[in-house]
Amino acid sequence: MVQESGNEVQRPFWSGRPVIDCDLHNEVPSLEALKPYLADHWCAYIEESAFRGPDADDYPKGAPTTIRPGLEWEGEVEGQLALMRRQVLDPLQVEFGVLDCAYRVQGVHDPELAAALASAINRWQAEHWLDRDPRLRASIVAPTQSPVLAAREIDRWGADARFVQAVMPVRSLIPYGNRIYDPIYEAAARHDLVVGIQFGGAPGHPPTPSGWLSTYMEEYAAMAQVFQSQVTSLIVEGVFDRFPDLRVALIEAGCTWMPSLMWRLDKEWRGLRRDIPWVKRPPSDYIRRHIRLTLQPLDAPPSDKQLLEVIGQLDSDEMLMFASDHPHWHFDRLEESFPRGLSDSLARRVLAENARSFYRL
Amino acid sequence: MATAVTSSQAPTGGKKSRLEVIDCDIHNIIPSNRTLYKYLPERWRRHHQQFGLRGHLGGYYPRALMNAARHDAWPPSGLPAGSDLEFMREQLLDAYDIRYGILNCLYGAGGQLNLEYGAALARAINDWQIAEWLEPEPRLRASIIVPYEDGDLAAEEIDRVGDHPGFVQVLLLVRTNEPLGRPKYRKIYRAALRHNLPVGIHFGGAGAGPITGAGWPSHYIEDHGGMPQAFQAQVISLVCQGVFEQLPSLKVALIEGGFAWMAPLMWRLDRGWCKLSEEIPALRHPPSTYVRKHFWFTTQPMEEPPRPRYFRQLLEQLDADDRMMFATDYPHWDFDSPESAVPSGLSRELRKKIMSENARSLYGLE
Repeated sequence: MVQESGNEVQRPFWSGRPVIDCDLHNEVPSLEALKPYLADHWCAYIEESAFRGPDADDYPKGAPTTIRPGLEWEGEVEGQLALMRRQVLDPLQVEFGVLDCAYRVQGVHDPELAAALASAINRWQAEHWLDRDPRLRASIVAPTQSPVLAAREIDRWGADARFVQAVMPVRSLIPYGNRIYDPIYEAAARHDLVVGIQFGGAPGHPPTPSGWLSTYMEEYAAMAQVFQSQVTSLIVEGVFDRFPDLRVALIEAGCTWMPSLMWRLDKEWRGLRRDIPWVKRPPSDYIRRHIRLTLQPLDAPPSDKQLLEVIGQLDSDEMLMFASDHPHWHFDRLEESFPRGLSDSLARRVLAENARSFYRL
Repeated sequence: MATAVTSSQAPTGGKKSRLEVIDCDIHNIIPSNRTLYKYLPERWRRHHQQFGLRGHLGGYYPRALMNAARHDAWPPSGLPAGSDLEFMREQLLDAYDIRYGILNCLYGAGGQLNLEYGAALARAINDWQIAEWLEPEPRLRASIIVPYEDGDLAAEEIDRVGDHPGFVQVLLLVRTNEPLGRPKYRKIYRAALRHNLPVGIHFGGAGAGPITGAGWPSHYIEDHGGMPQAFQAQVISLVCQGVFEQLPSLKVALIEGGFAWMAPLMWRLDRGWCKLSEEIPALRHPPSTYVRKHFWFTTQPMEEPPRPRYFRQLLEQLDADDRMMFATDYPHWDFDSPESAVPSGLSRELRKKIMSENARSLYGLE
């Protein structure tokens, strides 16, 4: 993440400004870590059925995008947190860092087990992460495939100000605009929480409209289209009309595709809004008001000029939020994690201020 | 450019129409079963009467308008929109002085679960296209319809009619059972190359699963507006599976898929490849290299940035001046007029390429 030569960590050109990192990964080391928080019944079930966890593999253990080659990341919380502090929190002087635990309880078909695991993970996050570093904030893991149970889990943590969002994987059983998810949005509204949509998920059906891709590389690239489908669904199925204060973060989605989606959806709306009369404004307007994107992976064009063009095409200074995506590997030097040539005021917004107001930090 | 569902389209004889026009996406419709039966053997005629079309059911979203057609495209003859050549001449070919038009028949032969039946339908449709469209109208060219879920049957049909001068490409629909880079489709591409034909991938179809990677949405606007996601998945698969390393002269036209998403997709693919190339060693170059060399696009439905400056940026990022081809999508509701679809502010040279030259060269037209 940060270039290390000897013991020295180099600071990037924009250091010294306030930084809020909106995508840090904390990984449940193994089911063992959750057992203290699970009922005896579930411990016995796990033991006897040899359940090893959700049937999901969003981040293959050895893939370079998952972790920079040569880094030791697996293991206990102490090791993960030490690495996170050494590579991101300390050198960037991060004011707040938002943990995005990507344990896929949503891929567990048994809703009761999924809910029990989610509860255990959140208790584990509170005790092992939030209690250890005051800079950290966390995301509520919830069994979003069962919205009523998910809402119950969100309610459990809603009063703990260190939990700033509820997260769901971008790959869902049914798109997130569907009314079946309303209990989740009601719970988020009750506690003024952001809903985060994360890279990945394993609902059991293919990741594309044309079936299963052959390689992780393809699935990785194609995840952006699933985000596009979710944005479309949230808007046209009326979520932001039913929940006018809802805030949605797209986490690890890439961001350079967003202008093209805005243009397409606005055109669709002009032609077909008769079918969806509850959508009163052009979709791009809903996107700018309600949706934010974390910065990495940036999927930047080869030239800085084109990157600035694309950022300009968002027609908004508020949509991008800095994220290192630690410990995932998208850039070689920390310098490269942030676009060059942004105006000072936009840089400050992207580095911290957009996230500060979005997450109420 | 924007075409509200209810608007009608009438040519004005404006200035821009003086450029020669090749329309790369016209839909010809089989008027009735009676017509189909003229070309279908007795065995499959009976099958059609007894069991009808059977594809991946459960994915239907009622379209904005009947048959997704313009109100004014229903001919006085009482036939369905797009099925009356005489009326198509009057409303499209003559009205806009179109030099060539490429027919893409969307009957659904390729999506049949019974592959033999799909092959029989494809043969019938291609014979109907020759007899009732290509022979009577020299301005028209057509796409070969194939049962694309079976490589052998599809290749057989391409070999059967591929040398007919009226056929200029092989047509697939974008929502297939598997991503098009998977090996089962390779025979189709080889057959197309044997006859020196590009492969067209058109809006539509029904794959084996939900129409998004996030499950089934609720509205037609998600079906229609979600099509670019299906196109992106196919580009990813075709490039990453090394199809163009194996078949370096293959050309692919993306029809009715939009194009503003293509530049960001190239960036994402290239950035991802920098980290993950070990998984796909067949790729010797960054993915964008293959996109630039092998993919053509049609213009309709064109994404419409709110500022002309963004459109110019988009064209530059896309780097596709030689691969963008005009299309009307006649007779569908989201028709683009040759007179007004392409934004003003482009050079005459680029406009000429888009309106005719690029298609002329891809499809080998005179």
